[in-house]
Order: sequence, then structure tokens, then C-alpha cells
Amino acid sequence: MPHRHNLTTLRDMLRRREISSTELTHHFLERIDRHSDLNAFITVDEEGALAAAQQADKHLARDEHAPLTGVPLAHKDIFCTQGLLTSCGSKMLRNFISPYDATVVERLAKAGSVLVGKTNMDEFAMGSSNETSHFGPVHNPWDLQRVPGGSSGGSAAAVASRLVPGATGTDTGGSIRQPAAFCGLTGLKPSYGRVSRYGMIAFASSLDQGGPLALSAEDAALLLQCMAGFDSRDSTSIARDTADIDEGLKINLHGLRLGLPAEFFDESIDNAVLTRVREALGIFERLGATLVDVALPNSAAGIPCYYVIAPAEASSNLSRFDGVRFGHRSDQASDLLTLYENSRAEGFGEEVKRRILIGTYALSAGYYDAYYLKAQKIRRVIAQDFSKAFEQCDIIVGPTAPTTAFSLGEKTQDPVAMYLNDIFTNTVNLAGLPGLSIPAGLDEAGLPVGLQLIGQFMDEGRLLGAAHRFQQATDWHQLVPKGF
Amino acid sequence: MSISEKDVVRVAHLARIRVAPDELGRYQAGLSDILALVAQMQDCDTDGVEPMAHPQDIALRLREDTVTEADQRSSLQQGAPQVENGLYLVPRVIE
Amino acid sequence: MVAWETVIGLEVHAQLMTRSKIFSGASTAYGAEANTQACAVDIGLPGVLPVMNRQAALMAARFGLAVGGSVNPVSVFARKNYFYPDLPKGYQISQYEIPVVSGGSLEIHTAAGDKTIRLTRAHLEEDAGKSLHEDFHGMTGIDLNRAGTPLLEIVSEPDLRSPAEAVTYLRKLHSLVRTLEICDGNMQEGSFRCDANISIRPQGETTLGTRTELKNINSFRFVERALHHEIARQITVLEDGGEVVQETRLYDPDRDLTRSMRSKEEAHDYRYFPDPDLPPLVIDAHDLEVLRNELPELPDARLARFIADYRLSMDDALQLNSQKEIADYYEETVSCANDETRLTANWVTGELMSWLNRSDIAITDSPVTPAMLGQLVCRIQDQTISGKIAKEVFEAMWASEGDVDSIITARGLTQITDTGAIEQTVSEVIARFPDQVAQVRAGEDKVIGFLVGQVMKATSGKANPQAVNEILKRQLLG
Ligand SMILES: [Mg+2]
Ligand SMILES: [Zn+2]
Repeated sequence: MPHRHNLTTLRDMLRRREISSTELTHHFLERIDRHSDLNAFITVDEEGALAAAQQADKHLARDEHAPLTGVPLAHKDIFCTQGLLTSCGSKMLRNFISPYDATVVERLAKAGSVLVGKTNMDEFAMGSSNETSHFGPVHNPWDLQRVPGGSSGGSAAAVASRLVPGATGTDTGGSIRQPAAFCGLTGLKPSYGRVSRYGMIAFASSLDQGGPLALSAEDAALLLQCMAGFDSRDSTSIARDTADIDEGLKINLHGLRLGLPAEFFDESIDNAVLTRVREALGIFERLGATLVDVALPNSAAGIPCYYVIAPAEASSNLSRFDGVRFGHRSDQASDLLTLYENSRAEGFGEEVKRRILIGTYALSAGYYDAYYLKAQKIRRVIAQDFSKAFEQCDIIVGPTAPTTAFSLGEKTQDPVAMYLNDIFTNTVNLAGLPGLSIPAGLDEAGLPVGLQLIGQFMDEGRLLGAAHRFQQATDWHQLVPKGF
Repeated sequence: MSISEKDVVRVAHLARIRVAPDELGRYQAGLSDILALVAQMQDCDTDGVEPMAHPQDIALRLREDTVTEADQRSSLQQGAPQVENGLYLVPRVIE
Repeated sequence: MVAWETVIGLEVHAQLMTRSKIFSGASTAYGAEANTQACAVDIGLPGVLPVMNRQAALMAARFGLAVGGSVNPVSVFARKNYFYPDLPKGYQISQYEIPVVSGGSLEIHTAAGDKTIRLTRAHLEEDAGKSLHEDFHGMTGIDLNRAGTPLLEIVSEPDLRSPAEAVTYLRKLHSLVRTLEICDGNMQEGSFRCDANISIRPQGETTLGTRTELKNINSFRFVERALHHEIARQITVLEDGGEVVQETRLYDPDRDLTRSMRSKEEAHDYRYFPDPDLPPLVIDAHDLEVLRNELPELPDARLARFIADYRLSMDDALQLNSQKEIADYYEETVSCANDETRLTANWVTGELMSWLNRSDIAITDSPVTPAMLGQLVCRIQDQTISGKIAKEVFEAMWASEGDVDSIITARGLTQITDTGAIEQTVSEVIARFPDQVAQVRAGEDKVIGFLVGQVMKATSGKANPQAVNEILKRQLLG
């Protein structure tokens, strides 16, 4: 049952040649096939995966290994992969074969990993339930009637059901952390600029970050080390090595100050979620951390602010999908205007269109100041709140999402209710900070609860280290959904 | 906050997305709900606050002026909807 | 009848002479096969990101320093959103609220004297591609080779009052960007393009009239014509009791008229906002100091130097400074002509220019090089040949018959400075024209020119005119 092992263990087994990459890849490909009803994958690249596995085995046989040699991985379908479909969950790109690799894809390949396929996602990463995908919803392995969270829902479901030991995701307002919480995983949204955005199809450029979804903090750290680093092709990439991540894993929790913002422990939050989060914080205390009260007084403005900035940037980012150079072109295109209007109306799903329209509205003449500019000012206020809070603590903690996984279809008719899922996550993107979600147990229905740890800029090492200590003392992260 | 059908039509045209007459009501309702949510921004006092466009305070990095990209036309046009003689074709543009 | 005043402001797009594009590593070379210089970034492929070209930023700053504008320590790239097939991303990366250069001015010389034209700003942006309307089964072809080429958009205040002023300003700006070596100024290839905002108002009125924007006036020749047409059209509209509509109009050089651009008529709402892919452009004081020290001599300074040091007339100095290449040619010639500045100026502005114009040849391609012309000036100066003979030599050099001295020798053109020979001819002429001689002696000085001419004719122009004059005067009056 090699799939029961986490990524770090599998990597070590490969190095010790207790298993070959080919065997491991076969094993996971088989599981992907057996559990195809989860709909976690949009593309499975059997041929490419086996070829890469064979190559990895040759290296392993010679004791040549990169950090991930032979380890199967999956990429969210938002990352461009040369020669493979890169759909971004959209009909618009259902035939788009990327001519180039994203930096993250290139780096993980260079680290020796074996790409098994591309995971399902909310269309253009716009959603919190993976129900906006053109390729259909993804099912949560903990309860097939429930959503896996989104937008990196395919990656989360795939890792949680052990179809792959780790996967990439992207997080614009919570799209790694919320599905990690819903699926019982460790998911990290790095500091803005830590992971290159080159080749990651843009949703909201000032908020987007790629990051890992994994079974443990240790695995997430290993993946992050391979994904992160300066990239000259991304003007917002920060030149910073990953030494702090290694160091971070060794930290001691004694004296670590965890800040609890009152705003994150509100009564509107699901009771079981609050209970599990409090219990988890109790464990941190027993391990030597101290809890301090902090305030993030403008948190309530986070969601409205986010739902101006993200759609505004998206409305512009998605203008390139016009049916001229790539992507869907309507048959009903008798003139230029109908080419544009019909290609975009047909190629984009309803949620994407809604966000393009709201973003266009917020930027349009006469509305810019009241919406976009106001949101940008709130963004600074929110970032300043975090800075002040970090004067009193090292890590800010709270629930990742206000509830556990909800039912498929439950919120699809109410976009605003869906947006409120990101209430604790999207301020972290607005401020560009790192955020980590780790499993903190199950609710009474047996669904995972996520605990969020928010760090200071570029302080991923400490976040991962704290989570690693916690995971050494607990086994919530080792729970496996029934049937997998 | 609510948005009029006329506004939806205006914005849909700016965004070059066809909204059929029978979809107009649904978009109007959806966008109005979002605007009602967004209106909560007004509760946040931002007097004297500088807008923040980027999450980090960094200067633009500049690259050296060298040609690094060779001709990749054939690979870039592989999936193009309509090309001829290396040109992307669109319905006739009248100026 | 009201007297109308014309108000013109110009927007010039100068293509910066970088090797690679402003945000990608694709080549900017002109004339490549369609879309072979449009890389993934230029076609706006999903996932790609812009990375700014240092050279483009420095060139913009150099311009700012040269026009005395303020080079903003922090400027911001913004997206200008609109859909057009030659605009791959659906937005143009430009600068909006904070451009790289604010203010500055250019001095122009007009018939009415010197005038300062204020600049509003200059900002960096990327160019769009090209739409080709030749027949592709009734479709339009899109070539994105030009997409992403760096442009500096230079916007003037509405300080120009006539088409002639507009052309003078444009020529001045053209010469400046070429002197700065930031733009090759090639108008045919679209490296230097001009749009104009034009309005008219009754003389004495201070508020501006409704303006139209005139596009596509891409040669100095067309600018003046197009502006005249548009002004005349606006006057007709107003005098017929109509109103000028704010719109974009296109100059059609083939039919020599301006027409409304219906396709661009709809109300624009560009939804500018700061580009989240690009942090602010920072040009610090140190960078500026380095650039300032590296600035070449600017056209105004060169003009002043020509007048002060070379003792040229304003007219000659202006003419020589109308293009950087002409001024360069002139100075090189002077250095080959024993620093004979004024005579050289006459030859460059006179004979050389008229031959270049007649043959439609650029000065840099002139068959008579500065060294050759310098040598010619030397031979005039040392009296080997007269000015008149020099024209013959020049023509021979133009026809590539050789250098100055070999032509003089081959054609036997050496000036006769031997006074004995000249005395002889003068005596013959005096004998042949007794009437004229009498007139001179009676005090009609002007007639002496006729006699000089006869002597020159008799020597096939080879006699030294100064010597002829002296000898004539001596023989007639002395
Ligand atoms: Mg303009
Ligand atoms: Zn422009």
C-alpha cells in the first residue's frame, strides 16, 4: 500500500530502492483510474508519466538524485505544461496545448518529480467549491456528496484520496488553504513573490501565488523548496533562497507567540470548527507556545475589498481570451464584435462572466474611485492591521474556513454565500503574507477541520516548522478518508 | 447597491461578452448582490490612506536589452483558430 | 467675418531604438516575416508576464533631461483596456497617472520669432501590432511583430498656433530624438508617428473650441496639408452655423482629405489601473546624474555654437541644424576645410543641398563626402580654383569622377593667378568694349561687373576674380 505513505517517505523509499518510480507511478495511475468518479483530474498523462518514471529509475539506479527524483506529482490545470492540455477548467481553453512550461512545472520536473496529470479546478480559479469547472465538479473523498473546496479542488481531492502524494495549487483568496481544510490536508500559500507566477494562468495578478498541497508540513516544505526561488521572468519574483525553510523545520515551539484575532473567533463560525481549532491551540500551548490576543479590526472589509480588486484585475487579465490567437472561437462570428462577444460568452462560464462584469464595472468611468481606489486603500489598512498584530505575536492563528465541506450544489445559486467561504483567507492574499492550513481533526459528520497559521512576509519557514512540531505530536494529518 | 439593466448592457459591451436578453435579469440580480456586499467597504475609514497596488514595496526590476527569443511562430500558432501565411485572421476590420 | 485662431497640440509616438521589445526578449528589427518576432509574451499567451527593458527606461529618462522636464523618481505602468485584434492582451501597457517624464519644453524658431512649446508629459508604452487589410477571403490578417515595441509618447500642450508651427515643432522634436539616439526617426517605417488635436476659436477667445483628433499624419509633408484641411473644414462647419463634433479623424493622403473614423467613434472607457504585473519604475538621482553627464550636445546648444563660434548667420545655422546628420556633415567638412566655417556653410546649404534634393538622396549617402567637400573648400580658399569653377568640380565629384585635385588636374581648371596673363586679357577686353569703358570712367561703377564677366569668360572662368578686379580698376582708372 505505498499510497499510504507521505511524499517524504516515498522519496526516501525510492532512494533506498525499496520501490521503483515505475512501480510507484503505475500504482498511482491505477488509483487515479479506479477513482475517476472523484473527477479530480482533467488530464492523466500515463505515457509521459511512465517515461519520466523510467528515466527517474535510471538515475536512482546510479544513485543520482534530485530532491524529488521519481516522486509522482500532479499540477493544477492552471499551470502551463508543454505539450499537454492546459485548460484552466474552462471551455475557453479546452483545446489549449501549451507551447511552454510554467516555471513551477519546470522546477518540479528539474527536481526529478514525475508528472502524472493535471487536476480539476474552478474555472480560471474562480470559485470555492470546484463546481464552476467546465469539466464538472470534483467530489470530496471524505463525503462524495460534498465539495472538496476550491479552486484547487482537484489537487486537494487527489492528494486526500492518495491518488498522488502531493500536488500544486494556486491561491488567490484561499484556493489552496480552503480545499486543504475541506480535504484534511496541509496546504501552503507562500508569500507573494516567493513562487514564480510565470506560466500560471493569471486570475488576479497581485494576489495569485502557487503553492503545495500535501499530507504533512514536512512534505509541503519539501515541495515548496523545489517550487520557490527567484525567476527573472516574473517581475514580482523576490530574490530569496529557501534556507529559511530548512531552518524553520527545526524550530522549537517554546516561547512562540500565537496571536488570536477576536475577529477570527466570531460566533458566526461553525461550532465544531471553533472547538477543533481551540483544541489544536491547546496542543500548541502544551508544546510550549503562548497564546496572545491580537486584533485585526478591519477584517470585515476584507471580503468586499477582495471582491473589487480580484474581479478588477481578472477582467483585464481575461481580455486576452478573445478568440483570435488561441482558445475558443465561436462559429457565430460574422464580424469582429460578434467574434469577441460570442467567443467570450460561449467560452466562459457564468461565474467567470459575473466576475469579469463586476470587475469591468468597478474600473469603469465614474466608478473607479468609489470601488477600485477605495478597495486599494482598504487593502493598505488591512496590511497595516497585520503589521500591528505581528508586533505582538509571531504567527496569527484561526480557522481556515468558517465551516467544513458543504454539499455539492448548496451554494451554487448564491454567489455571495460562496464568497464568504474565504472570509479568513483572502485578507492574507491582500497583504501578500504566507498562510498555511493544517488538519485539526474532524467535525461530528467526520469532515476535516482546518487550522490556519498566518506568518509574516517570507516567514514560511516558521509556519511550516510550527506545523511540523504540531504534526509530530498529533495524527490528524494521517487520517485517511474511508475507502481510500 | 444595485445595478440597472442598462449598466449591465454597458459593462457587457465593454467586456465584449454577449449577454442575451433572457440572461439580463439573472446577471443584474447577481451583480446587484455582489455590489451590496461590496458596499460594506464604506464602513471602513480610509481617510488619508495611500492606495496599495502591490503587496510588496519593491522597485521594478529591469532586464538588459538583449534579444533572447528566436522565431517560434509555428509552435505558437499551432492552436490558433485561424491563420494564413503566418497571419492571424479575423473578420474584416473596417476603419 | 470672424478671424479664427488655430490651436494645435501634438502627440508624437517615438519608437525607442532598443534591440529587444519593451517587455519581452523578441527582436524589434523592422521588416521580418509576419509574426516571426512575436514571442509568447508579445502574443499574450496565457500565463506569460512582462519584464521591463532597462534601455527603454534610460532612453525615456534621457529625453526628459534633454527637454528640461522632470524625470519622475517613481512612475507607474498602467493598463489601458480595450479590444482590438492588433492588441493581443486586450490591454496596452502604458503609463497614466504618473508618467516617466512630466513637463519640459522645446524652443522653436518661427517667422514671428522664438517660441516655447510646453510639453505636458512623455510616457513609456508598448506598441500594438498591425492589421493587414489585403484580401484574405474578406478577412483581416494580424501581424504582431510590432506588438511590444517600446514607444515614448510625447504630448505637447496646445501651444501651437498654425500648421507651420506644428511642422517646425515636429522637425525640432525629430532632430532631438535623433541627436539623443533614442529614436531613428524613420517615418516611413512608423518609428516617428504623429497625431494632432486641433480646434479653432475666434481670435481673442480664451477658452478652447471643440477639438478633433487627427490620426495617421506620418510625414512632414502630410502634416501641414492635413492640418490645413482640418482647420478649413472646422471653419466651414462653424461658419455654416454648425458645431464641430469631438471625434477621431483620419487623414487620407491619397484623396487629400480627412474623414471620420467610424470604427473608433464609440465612447472610450479605457479602465486604466496600475498594472499588477509591474512594480513601479524607479529612476534614482544617481541614475539621472550618470545620464545627465552622458547627454550629447543638444540641437539648441549646437545652434548657439554655430552662431557664436562659427560666426554663421541664424539662417545658415538653423538650416544646418534642421537635421542632426546635416550638422554632423557640416562639422566634419569644416574640420577638413581648414576651419573655413562660413564658406563651408554656403556650400553645404547651397550646392550640396540642392544636389541632394534633386537626386532625393540622404546626406549620409552623399557621393560627395565631407572630406571631398572640405578639400574643395580648401582649393577655393588657396585660390587654386574660383568659386565658379568649384561648382564644375563639385558636379564632377558628384558623378564620381574622382577627388578634387585629380579633377582639377584632369580638366585643367587651375585658376590663373599669373598677373601677366590676366593683364593681357584685361587689355584685350578694354579694347573690345569702348562704350562700357567710357561708362565706367564716367562713374557708373556697376558696369565694371560686366567687364569682369568678360575677362572671366575669356579665361573660361579660371582667372582669379579678385585679381581681375584689381587689374581692371588699375588699367581703367589708375
Ligand atoms: Mg495618446
Ligand atoms: Zn500612445
